[in-house]
Amino acid sequence: MTVAVIYILPTLVMYSKGTREPELWPNKKINLGLDLQGGMHLVLEVQTEKAVENAMDAKLFDLKKALRGKQIIPKMVKRIENSSDILVSIPTPESQDMVSTILKADFQDVEITSQKDLAGTTDYILSMIPDEVERIKKSASDQALETIRNRIDEFGVSEPDIRKQGDNRILIQLPGIKDTKNAKELIGKTAVLEFRLVDDDHNVQQAIRSNPPPGTVVLYDMKKNATTGVATKNEPYLISKEVLLTGAFLTDARLSFDSMENKYFVSIDFDRKGAKKFADITGKNIHRRLAIVLDNTVYSAPVIQDKIAGGHARITGNFSPEEGKVLSIALRAGALPAPVKILEERTVGPTLGMDSIKKGLMSMAIGGGIVIIFMIIYYNGAGLIADVALVLNILLMAAGLAMVQATLTLPGIAGFILTIGMAVDANVLIFERIREESRLGQSPAASIAAGFEKATLTILDANVTTLIAALVLFQFGTGPVKGFAVTLSLGIVASLFTSLIVSRMFFDFMISKFDIKKLSI
Amino acid sequence: MQFIKSDMNINFIGFRTVAYILSISLVLISIASLIIHKGPRYGVDFEGGTSIQIKFQNSVNIEDIKKGLAETGIEKSSVQRFGTDTDHEFQIRTPLSFMADSNFTDSLKDRLAKITGVAVIDVSLDMVGPQISQDLRKKALLAMFFALLLIAIYISGRFELKWMMSGLMAAAIGLPVYFITQIDKLSFMNVSAGMPFLILFALVVSIAFCWYLELKFALGAIVALVHDVTITVGIFSLMNIEFTLPIIAALLTIIGYSLNDTIIVYDRIRENTTKSTRANLETVINKSINETLSRTILTSLTTLLVVLALYLFGGGVIHNFAFAMLIGIAVGTYSSIFVASPILLAWENKNK
Repeated sequence: MTVAVIYILPTLVMYSKGTREPELWPNKKINLGLDLQGGMHLVLEVQTEKAVENAMDAKLFDLKKALRGKQIIPKMVKRIENSSDILVSIPTPESQDMVSTILKADFQDVEITSQKDLAGTTDYILSMIPDEVERIKKSASDQALETIRNRIDEFGVSEPDIRKQGDNRILIQLPGIKDTKNAKELIGKTAVLEFRLVDDDHNVQQAIRSNPPPGTVVLYDMKKNATTGVATKNEPYLISKEVLLTGAFLTDARLSFDSMENKYFVSIDFDRKGAKKFADITGKNIHRRLAIVLDNTVYSAPVIQDKIAGGHARITGNFSPEEGKVLSIALRAGALPAPVKILEERTVGPTLGMDSIKKGLMSMAIGGGIVIIFMIIYYNGAGLIADVALVLNILLMAAGLAMVQATLTLPGIAGFILTIGMAVDANVLIFERIREESRLGQSPAASIAAGFEKATLTILDANVTTLIAALVLFQFGTGPVKGFAVTLSLGIVASLFTSLIVSRMFFDFMISKFDIKKLSI
Repeated sequence: MQFIKSDMNINFIGFRTVAYILSISLVLISIASLIIHKGPRYGVDFEGGTSIQIKFQNSVNIEDIKKGLAETGIEKSSVQRFGTDTDHEFQIRTPLSFMADSNFTDSLKDRLAKITGVAVIDVSLDMVGPQISQDLRKKALLAMFFALLLIAIYISGRFELKWMMSGLMAAAIGLPVYFITQIDKLSFMNVSAGMPFLILFALVVSIAFCWYLELKFALGAIVALVHDVTITVGIFSLMNIEFTLPIIAALLTIIGYSLNDTIIVYDRIRENTTKSTRANLETVINKSINETLSRTILTSLTTLLVVLALYLFGGGVIHNFAFAMLIGIAVGTYSSIFVASPILLAWENKNK
């Protein structure tokens, strides 16, 4: 009897942990997967190579200055397309070791990776040293994670899950989100804000036809189609390449409404340094146009009427309040150090999620019901014991899920249901053995003992193999499949407990309490 | 109540020629179907692309949906009914994986609602880019392969106490396979495309090792499992059912579960061979199978009942999963009796 009590204790502990919650579904303690509660799952890749390219871009201006300082006029200094290498082309006689001297002096993180002598000029290919490349990539990926986290925090999603996956991937789970479109906008927006002057001295159409004059580039603003909402390129502007002021100097960005013009705009505030720069720029360029460029799109290019000293500005454009909100959050949280690409997206609408829960529960009720009835019909009294053990099994699994804070997914519910079938298997094995022993003429007590003893090893073997499969699945599976592996593993462990220990307890109890001549099995 | 009388004595081994023929033809048909269709009908998990599940308020004509899709201009999109008729759910698939416009689902919803005249209750989307689908393919193959290896170790250890040998063999095959799949980024050969062949090759090597090292129980079990998985995947291919990640979960579960039956029989065979060392193996195996028949049929039956409930009431995703389980359990039970045990016999006869 004492042995039985010892066995009951852990059961009670499990019971209270699981069933203290009045309802097990829906329940805060059991985490529901996205496929059950609805929401969005995203896997992003941070294009860290672009961060390296940007870093090299930043060095171009200083490189040219350094070369000129050594009295060398380069034929070409530019970054090679789609690569982070810089090509420096210098007339051969003067170059002799000058490039490496300059690099050693001022650009220790750049090295010459190749050198080619052509007729009269030498072409040097400069690359960033591998250690620095690694550092920039890692820093870009970490910073992207932080920035995205800040943005999502502001967007207001309950219990978002944002984490790094590998070197440059970010996994984002937003449970219960309904506005997936704006969430994706917010996450993917690089949000590089730049203030650059418009070059009104040259003709923009000619620049499009041939080449833009040195130091300028052609950028467009966007026009939105009123019906489809798709934005396309609209008017071209000839914009100076020189960036006078960036979004890094912002302290705040807020969505506001201009009742006179009946439009939304984002009002921005600069910090002290930014405000001073802004005053400088506007003061020196009165009557010129200052373009507000966001992610290489011109938002507006108003004429500077006067020096602006207050450190405030407005970003206007034709945007809806949701877009304006997304923009202001993105500006507040800061620009992404490199663009992000969406590798995987899974969204489940809330109704469909609810559907899945209902269907899962119904299958479980029906499947469980059939099995319970079957056990009683086939194994009579013993079947009843098996059924009680089964119910206990389910409760244990639910408690287990809640305890380890695992996530329940739709395949996870299937795992629950499968366990019902498999838990009963163990009982079948034992009961068949007991029947066999009874047929051989053993007494009830002896049959039960022999039945359990001989069946135990087989049950362990059988369950271990399914457990192996479940563990492998857990290791290699993702998302919903992982949820299945978890419930299956929990189910196997729980069923081992209930079929070997709990059923045995019941049998022993019945035998010791009642004088049973013939087993009801 | 008892289905199976305790004094049954069916000559299962006697049927083994018929069983061999049946098994081999089923496996060949499956392989043929897979080769002809170039694999099962992969879902977006493995092929990449986008799968959209859309639920309407009332019944909708599928032709209207096709018209609406054609208007959006997405090429190569297909529509299929999803779940039961009363669900009013459809699945739209397209190989495109990057919707440049994040407004896509909303505009699709509006357009389809307008064309069919029925309101859309909800939309779900699964978009998998090429890198992720490649990842998932790799993971699926590795999962299946390593599960088999681990099972080989377990069975060899439990039934022949050859833990060390089987462990070493598994490591000798498993570690190189694992490392090769990790370095696909450096290799100039496209390792990920060749992965199925790599795994196939490794599998053949494993079976050869089991043969050579005389791990006969593991050999029987692995052959039976490969037989089960091949036929299940083959049936999926023949019936053109979508093959997704949850199906891999089903396959692994089938592997673990089919082994249950095999172990039950093997256990009894081992018990009976130690009890009566004089009797010839054929009789022992027959006796063992007959003795365990009740158990084998019943355990499969109870699980089948439960899976049937899943199949009928589980809803779209679970429906295919349950179907895989149904096939797997049926074939698995069959293979424990008619494939795994005869292989033991064939081994003994070969040794004589």
